[in-house]
Amino acid sequence: MKSRPNWPAGLFALVWLAIVVGPLYYVVTASLRTRQEYLGSHPLEFPANPTLDNYVTVLDGGFGKYLVNNIVVTVATVAIVLLVGVPCAYAVVRGTGRFVQRGFTLLLMGLAIPAQATIIPVYLLITRMHLYDSLTAIILPTAAFALPVATLVLTNSLRDVPSELYEAQAIDGAGPFRVLVSLVLPLARPAIMTVVVYTALNAWNGFLFPLVLTQSESSRVLTLGLWNFQGQFGTNVPALMAAVLLSVLPIFAVYLFARRFLLSGLTAGFGK
Amino acid sequence: MRSQRPSGWYAVPAYGFFALFAVLPMVLVVYLSFTSWQGLGTPVPNGTANWSRLIADGEAHAAVGRTVLLMVVSWLFQTPIALLIGVWAAGPQRSRAVLSSIFFLPLLLSTAAIALLWQALLDPNFGIAAGGMQFLGDPDIAIYTVVFVISWQYIPFHTLMYQGAARAIPASLYEAATIDGASRVSKFLHITLPQLRYTLVTSSVLMLVGSLTTFDTVLILTGGGPGTATRILPLHMYITGFSGFEMGYASSIAVVLVVLGTALSVAVMRWSGFRAMSSQQEGS
Repeated sequence: MKSRPNWPAGLFALVWLAIVVGPLYYVVTASLRTRQEYLGSHPLEFPANPTLDNYVTVLDGGFGKYLVNNIVVTVATVAIVLLVGVPCAYAVVRGTGRFVQRGFTLLLMGLAIPAQATIIPVYLLITRMHLYDSLTAIILPTAAFALPVATLVLTNSLRDVPSELYEAQAIDGAGPFRVLVSLVLPLARPAIMTVVVYTALNAWNGFLFPLVLTQSESSRVLTLGLWNFQGQFGTNVPALMAAVLLSVLPIFAVYLFARRFLLSGLTAGFGK
Repeated sequence: MRSQRPSGWYAVPAYGFFALFAVLPMVLVVYLSFTSWQGLGTPVPNGTANWSRLIADGEAHAAVGRTVLLMVVSWLFQTPIALLIGVWAAGPQRSRAVLSSIFFLPLLLSTAAIALLWQALLDPNFGIAAGGMQFLGDPDIAIYTVVFVISWQYIPFHTLMYQGAARAIPASLYEAATIDGASRVSKFLHITLPQLRYTLVTSSVLMLVGSLTTFDTVLILTGGGPGTATRILPLHMYITGFSGFEMGYASSIAVVLVVLGTALSVAVMRWSGFRAMSSQQEGS
């Protein structure tokens, strides 16, 4: 069937492209300017003498430490979510008892809990557990608040597994744990990828928990590091933009390799 | 034959973990709202003092007003754009696929990065608005600038939802309408929009809850200023608790946030795709 080209929509899409790409272009070019040039030239001009000095400034300013902390927080959060989330989803889908189903309903209600509203009691708990100002203080609540969506995505995927497959395993004499390892894990792989992406992105970009639950330089993550750079560099906007760009690069690299997983991960749990 | 069903123990670590860091805090925040606590030492019960103070606190009421304004304006701004781009991007052309993968880029940036980027870009002296346009410094404009930055960050997410939903609309509906000679606009109004209604509701409620709990964008972009022009409720809670060390009073503000958030989320369960999703689960 023929369809006429939709000119107004196409034009609008181009305008939106400019609104999306313009600021990103600005970050790149601003980060390549000298401070002198930043103060004197138009912000959308391409820099006359591009320099990488700003990146050197940022990398000397503790960026490496923040990056390492971010990786630790992200990897640990994802590991915890998978370690407790996958068996939980398996129990919800295949288990019987009331306790499991009631608990799942409660977990789903957690989708509605705004993390901001619980930050004061979480702060109280973390200080009472003597975890304040450690990476663990960020990891535990981040993982807990990622669990509802993670479990939802995993259960939705496991429900699609025909029960004949489970029964065949049982006839072979496999106990629940072997079924988990040899049947559930391989079949849930796409859902697990989605959970990994969703959880990792949240942990990587997290702001509130690090802000409230850590304090010192040694446990600072990237997002807080960026904010800190703003104070530290004062009006040195080119250096700040270099820091912004450096903080985004790892995710851009992942995006290039795993675009499909990233996009499904971002809308995880919100069915069509 | 050994039992093939996993026992409830498989769910215990997840439930325990969630109970400790999400359910218990929900209960605790209500308790803390009836205490006086400076953040150090032990919370001291002080009856309903925080609540009577909240009822009389004009600054808190203003913060609620700003939050509602932010929610409404964000919804009005984001929904039409996300809907139109999502439906457009659902088309089969290759150029659309390429464009939409660029459209999603803001989703990858952290809120901190986005707020700092826009702050620099909108700087009245050295940004694109040089010539003294005060996007963030004018109390009448600042909150709309905040809405714009939030939209820049989240429109891609909602676009993604609409795009997925629009792709799932059966082509036969459009073919029939084309045979009947329906125009593009009338096809959009009479086929696309009705078919997207669940997505529209889900997206709207996510947007509203998201705006209700907006925090880091505003903290970095304006710090609540100029004056208190962008001090929305979550930020008011944070400043009261962690800068003013009035954790008890801040907890009562947090309870208000929980109630508002829950009310909105009940709306999700009621009217959106979540209902279909959960009934599917119970039926299996």
